[in-house]
Amino acid sequence: MQMYDLPDALGHFGPYGGVFVAETLIDALDELREAYARYQHDPEFKKEFAYELKHYVGRPSPVYHAKRWSDHFGGAQVYLKREDLNHTGAHKINNVIGQAMLAKRMGKPRVIAETGAGQHGVATATIAARYGMECVVYMGSEDVKRQAQNVYRMKLLGATVVPVDSGSKTLKDALNEAMRDWVTNIENTYYIIGTVAGPHPYPMMVRDFQSVIGIEAREQMLELVGRQPDAVLACVGGGSNAMGIFYPYIEDKAVRLVGVEAAGLGLETGKHAATLTAGKSGVLHGNRTYLLQDENGQIIETHSISAGLDYPGVGPEHAWLKDSARAEYVSITDEEALKAFHDLCRLEGIIPALESSHALAYAAKMAPRMRREQIVLVNLSGRGDKDMHTVAEKSGIKF
Amino acid sequence: MSRIATTFAQLKAHGKKALIPFITAGDPKPALTVPLMHALVAGGADVIELGVPFSDPMADGPVIQRASERALAQGVTLAQVFDFVKEFRKTNQATPMVLMGYANPIEAMGPEHFADVAKAVGVDGVLVVDYPPEEAGTLAKLLDARALDTIFLLSPTTRDARLKTVGELGRGYLYYVSLKGVTGAGHIDTNDVAQRVNHIKTFTTLPVGVGFGIRDAESAKRVAQVADAVVIGSRLVQEIIDAGDAAPARLQALLAGIRAAMDSTGAKSAV
Repeated sequence: MQMYDLPDALGHFGPYGGVFVAETLIDALDELREAYARYQHDPEFKKEFAYELKHYVGRPSPVYHAKRWSDHFGGAQVYLKREDLNHTGAHKINNVIGQAMLAKRMGKPRVIAETGAGQHGVATATIAARYGMECVVYMGSEDVKRQAQNVYRMKLLGATVVPVDSGSKTLKDALNEAMRDWVTNIENTYYIIGTVAGPHPYPMMVRDFQSVIGIEAREQMLELVGRQPDAVLACVGGGSNAMGIFYPYIEDKAVRLVGVEAAGLGLETGKHAATLTAGKSGVLHGNRTYLLQDENGQIIETHSISAGLDYPGVGPEHAWLKDSARAEYVSITDEEALKAFHDLCRLEGIIPALESSHALAYAAKMAPRMRREQIVLVNLSGRGDKDMHTVAEKSGIKF
Repeated sequence: MSRIATTFAQLKAHGKKALIPFITAGDPKPALTVPLMHALVAGGADVIELGVPFSDPMADGPVIQRASERALAQGVTLAQVFDFVKEFRKTNQATPMVLMGYANPIEAMGPEHFADVAKAVGVDGVLVVDYPPEEAGTLAKLLDARALDTIFLLSPTTRDARLKTVGELGRGYLYYVSLKGVTGAGHIDTNDVAQRVNHIKTFTTLPVGVGFGIRDAESAKRVAQVADAVVIGSRLVQEIIDAGDAAPARLQALLAGIRAAMDSTGAKSAV
């Protein structure tokens, strides 16, 4: 069997990935690629990363058997990888620590980031505070309004939050603006991208840092049940939590990998963010991947109840895993995600993030059709505290 | 010889430098684009860079971003940009036309169809901001096969090995981005530019144009003393929006002033 060893030297996953940026960014990306190649396998770097994950983030995150919820389905047993228990409340911090450690070694005292829901921004602001770095977070002005609490959290942590007024005023525009900042301040600035997208080496590097999720899960499943799950599920916006848990399973073909996208109000309404399900190949934000675009190649606005999935692109490795049929990609509507959200609250005492609720909702579809001895592992990528507002509003409650 | 090469050769023979204005197609309204192109020529443009609007112009500053948004709000498409060029060519067969934009609209149209239509309507060169040499291969081959020029960017941070690669792959001219940043940013340091342009020229025989940070006759004049071409964009786009329907006349006058300043540098050579 051929080993999975993507991406190639230029960052390609089959036809996807690559380095689609203006010449002005090439040198910074070369510098980053060189630095990552140098430290990736450096024992001292790995030791520090492991230390930070253990003592600052609180890893390993547990794998938990959601027994009551499973019984409720009467089918497969559902296990949850509890990334929601990480410091700052989601998987995002794993990657941010890795990149901030790299920034330190590259002598960059200033870090910038883009954020949609604010989770990656909060994680970046957190690490910047911990490492004593200047931190600027770009956030679409629409998102600034929707996520006022996270904006305040970032400010508490000492970061500057810059609202972005261009385009659709959401995550994709924040990413554009962060790129513009980076190209202007290349000498002293490190751009911490929060997902497995962007120009090479970001998709590979973010995947590598996040793969701690899947590496732990493999050990934990063996400990718990003596075998690997039949299926691994994760939500996919940009796709970092999914790549993190999928990657260590890619060669293990007996394990189904299922990525769950946001179908928003329904695929047929056009108001969704199901890029792999409904998009087509194109170039945005430094890589070739599936995109939600109109017939003229203009990027279109997306919709999802969860800001973290509200993105018109997706990591190039997911595009490749889809085309090569190693992973399946499905979609879940806002309403289905909300139901799973409430069910997990009531049956397991866990308040999941709305992003993760999409993966849970698909587990709720799959599990009843499976046998009781079968196992579904869901990456519970984040906790739902940040979503109280959205969920309450849907239930007609105002704080 | 391509229209771009011919233009540079003629300028060189007269001891002049090229003036290359940039405007965004369809901004402030589609009906003004072709009149603006003719006005640019009347004002002394040697080559025109026509921006293809894109929803996510990552390398552009606020002025050109807004121009792109205005054009898109009026439904301007790549197909329509080709129509502008076709219309322009009805009365002007001499001025080289360069399309400048981002990869995705081209990918959506299909690179081969794009190259075919570009050739048919009279485009001379194509600069795709987010196709660095590593990713430009497919399109560059298609353009080469139709004798269209693939124009590449160079930056202050481009390393020597890349200067060599870009020098070999590039056609028409090379576009040196004089500033670290986005379009419309900062001020240009002419000494710095002179040094870099001279260095670039040790790797290529292509003419080297300089852009980003040129905003008036004075800065254009200084750059013209050290480079083969002066590219001016954001300042013009700002002027267009300030002038409204008077934009063609205003732009022609502005460009004529810049042209005069550049030509007053005499027959000084670039190197």
